[in-house]
Amino acid sequence: MPLKTEPITVNIGPQHPSTHGVFRIRVTFDGEVIIDVDPVFGYLHRGSEKLAEERTYTQVITLTDRLDYVSSMTNNQAYVLACEKLADIKAPERGMYLRVIAAELQRIASHLVATGFLVNDLGALATPLMYCFREREKILDLFEMLCGARVTLTYMRVGGVFQDAPEDFWVFLKRFLEEMPFHIDEYEQLISENEIILMRTKGVGILSSSTAINGSVSGPVLRSTGYSWDLRKADPYEVYDRFDFDVVVGEQGDNYDRYKIRINEMRQSLRILNQCVEQIAPGPVRTNSPLLFRPPVGEAYAHVESPKGELGFYIVSDGGVAPYRFKIRSPSFINLTILRELVVGLKLADMIVAFGSIDVNMGEVDR
Amino acid sequence: MESLLEGNSLFRWTYCLLAANEGNSGPGPCGETLRNGLLPAGFEWVAFLIAGLGIVMLLINAFLLLVMLYTYMERRLIGRFHNRVGPNRTGPFGLLQPVADAIKLLTKEDLVPAGADRLVFNIAPVLMIVPVLLVLAVLPFGENSFLANINVGILFVLAVTSMNALAMFMGGWASGNRFAMFGGMRAVAQLVSYEVPVVLSVVGIVIYTGSLSMVSIVEAQRIPFILLQPLAFFIFIAGSSAEMNRSPFDLVEAESEIVAGYHTEYSGMKFGMFQLAEFGAVLVTSAVMTTLFLDGWNGPVLPSHLWFLLKVFFFAFIMIWIRATLPRLRMDQVMDFAWKFLFPLSIINMFVTAVEVLVWNEPTLVQLWFMVGINMLVAIVGVVVFSLIFSRKGISPPRRKMSV
Repeated sequence: MPLKTEPITVNIGPQHPSTHGVFRIRVTFDGEVIIDVDPVFGYLHRGSEKLAEERTYTQVITLTDRLDYVSSMTNNQAYVLACEKLADIKAPERGMYLRVIAAELQRIASHLVATGFLVNDLGALATPLMYCFREREKILDLFEMLCGARVTLTYMRVGGVFQDAPEDFWVFLKRFLEEMPFHIDEYEQLISENEIILMRTKGVGILSSSTAINGSVSGPVLRSTGYSWDLRKADPYEVYDRFDFDVVVGEQGDNYDRYKIRINEMRQSLRILNQCVEQIAPGPVRTNSPLLFRPPVGEAYAHVESPKGELGFYIVSDGGVAPYRFKIRSPSFINLTILRELVVGLKLADMIVAFGSIDVNMGEVDR
Repeated sequence: MESLLEGNSLFRWTYCLLAANEGNSGPGPCGETLRNGLLPAGFEWVAFLIAGLGIVMLLINAFLLLVMLYTYMERRLIGRFHNRVGPNRTGPFGLLQPVADAIKLLTKEDLVPAGADRLVFNIAPVLMIVPVLLVLAVLPFGENSFLANINVGILFVLAVTSMNALAMFMGGWASGNRFAMFGGMRAVAQLVSYEVPVVLSVVGIVIYTGSLSMVSIVEAQRIPFILLQPLAFFIFIAGSSAEMNRSPFDLVEAESEIVAGYHTEYSGMKFGMFQLAEFGAVLVTSAVMTTLFLDGWNGPVLPSHLWFLLKVFFFAFIMIWIRATLPRLRMDQVMDFAWKFLFPLSIINMFVTAVEVLVWNEPTLVQLWFMVGINMLVAIVGVVVFSLIFSRKGISPPRRKMSV
């Protein structure tokens, strides 16, 4: 006699160890198999877009720090690029190089966090996480040298950066660039060939290229499906057209590819950083444009390749000191829209891993 | 009662100290030499009770102190594996950290969720910790130091330890929480499955020794059974770490998936008892493994009790090491591992051992080393072949499309 079974609905989150913040998913299970997911956002909504309308253009930079709080530098970068487009300001070269250095360091830091937490979601009791954070600490130390802060940085300004890097910074940066390839090898030794991780991630949570494009997914998640799209190559901003680096793509878009692509992107970022250190020349780091300025009436959109994907800021100006409208295209939020396609049919354990491999940041999802 | 007094046990020693007197005629349980007990004749039952309770108290408290030491060791070692310091503020080197933990747990509010089945919810932690303590009854801790040398010792251990599946399911089900229910369901599926290979891996040893008694198993080890039964050791350590819910098999309380599994809703000392039972289970399993595979208390120079402790903590260290290193398997992979990997291997091990015992009934030392060679070969070939098959099956799981 077959037993009568019925699906059960479980609220995963908002308080759950592996929702990377306060994300809630209503999951309907048949046993351990997921038959439906229903993401619920908004637990971390702070009204950043509305708050920005009450602040001057320079003050808004501090708001962008708090969007994706593990990659503040790229948020700053995208915002100041949008402002520069709006007010028609051009940053000096050294300033742009410093921005690129900061952004690429931030990319490494963010990918370290993503990798660490992905393996943590796989159940590895935080050991790889701690190893990843060991190197992230060094990057945060570098940031501290740049601007005095470690997480909420506010390093960039419209028309350049806040201040030039101190002499020590270059010494420590060079040492970091020498050490980091060995540390990345170490992660690969720990994770890439681990039989259990291969079993858990290979061929699980496959995302097709067409689904990803239809969901306007960007960043590592899109590239892991084999589609080569990187704004640093496709629409070079700052000085990215002067660097020689590869756009890393995955093979089939499974969880393993999404992990592997981040490891390889860290190596590419190191290549860019090495070239930056070689090319950077002395000069001013910021134009003399005032911090309180009134851009002409108009609108501007600027996007950068943030560690999570395409981060864009759309600013409308009415000629005042504050933006009239401030819209954030946050990659985490848009990447999360494919969650349903990704996880339905998987088991609970794989859903957590798939969710972790998208690498969302709730600060950016809820804004 | 008489069977408990056989052999040179702690229990018999205490009993005879109290109860042996002039009135006992002939060679009783206390022998010819010891004839002056503290109690008058006719009060043997009091001596029996005091000896039993006293030794049980001593044993349980000593064991719980060891568990405290072990939790400290686990936290410090995991800290080192994590590239951090670990607890070092409470007392010298942080040694009083377990005391601080216990005080914290005892002073916490003891919550029972509104939807819980109160009785079952409250019984579950007790039922979890009792089997761990019961195993102590048959463990030989050193030369002539055991509570009881019952002739079905290892069977008793296996029977008693399988009880915690019930406790986990009770805790998970009675909580009225869906994460806890997932934990309980996983516990039943996993623990019952892993019971089979664990029991079958012990059968090899029993065939060789010809006895189920823990003491005779230790005495029969001319070569440590870890060499003579490598495959059984591998199966036992994998299976028992699955039964203890330690990674890579910690699905029952998988933090990143189901919060804390079956003990999600427990707080205060009830939660503490689950933790105590889990840490205690590691020590007890290490002790059982020491007895079965690493020659028990035997060792040169140092006293036997110290040897036993050293070996137990050696195994405990290996378990901490595994826990700090490996990520978690998925539920279907865990079940595959039990039924398609460990189960056939344990049958092979049993078969090979049986044939060997049939051929060399009374093996000399040379023949014994020959057996070691054969078993090593069987273990390596078996593990390699099965892992090849298993890993090919393990990758790319079937994707089930369903609609409500």
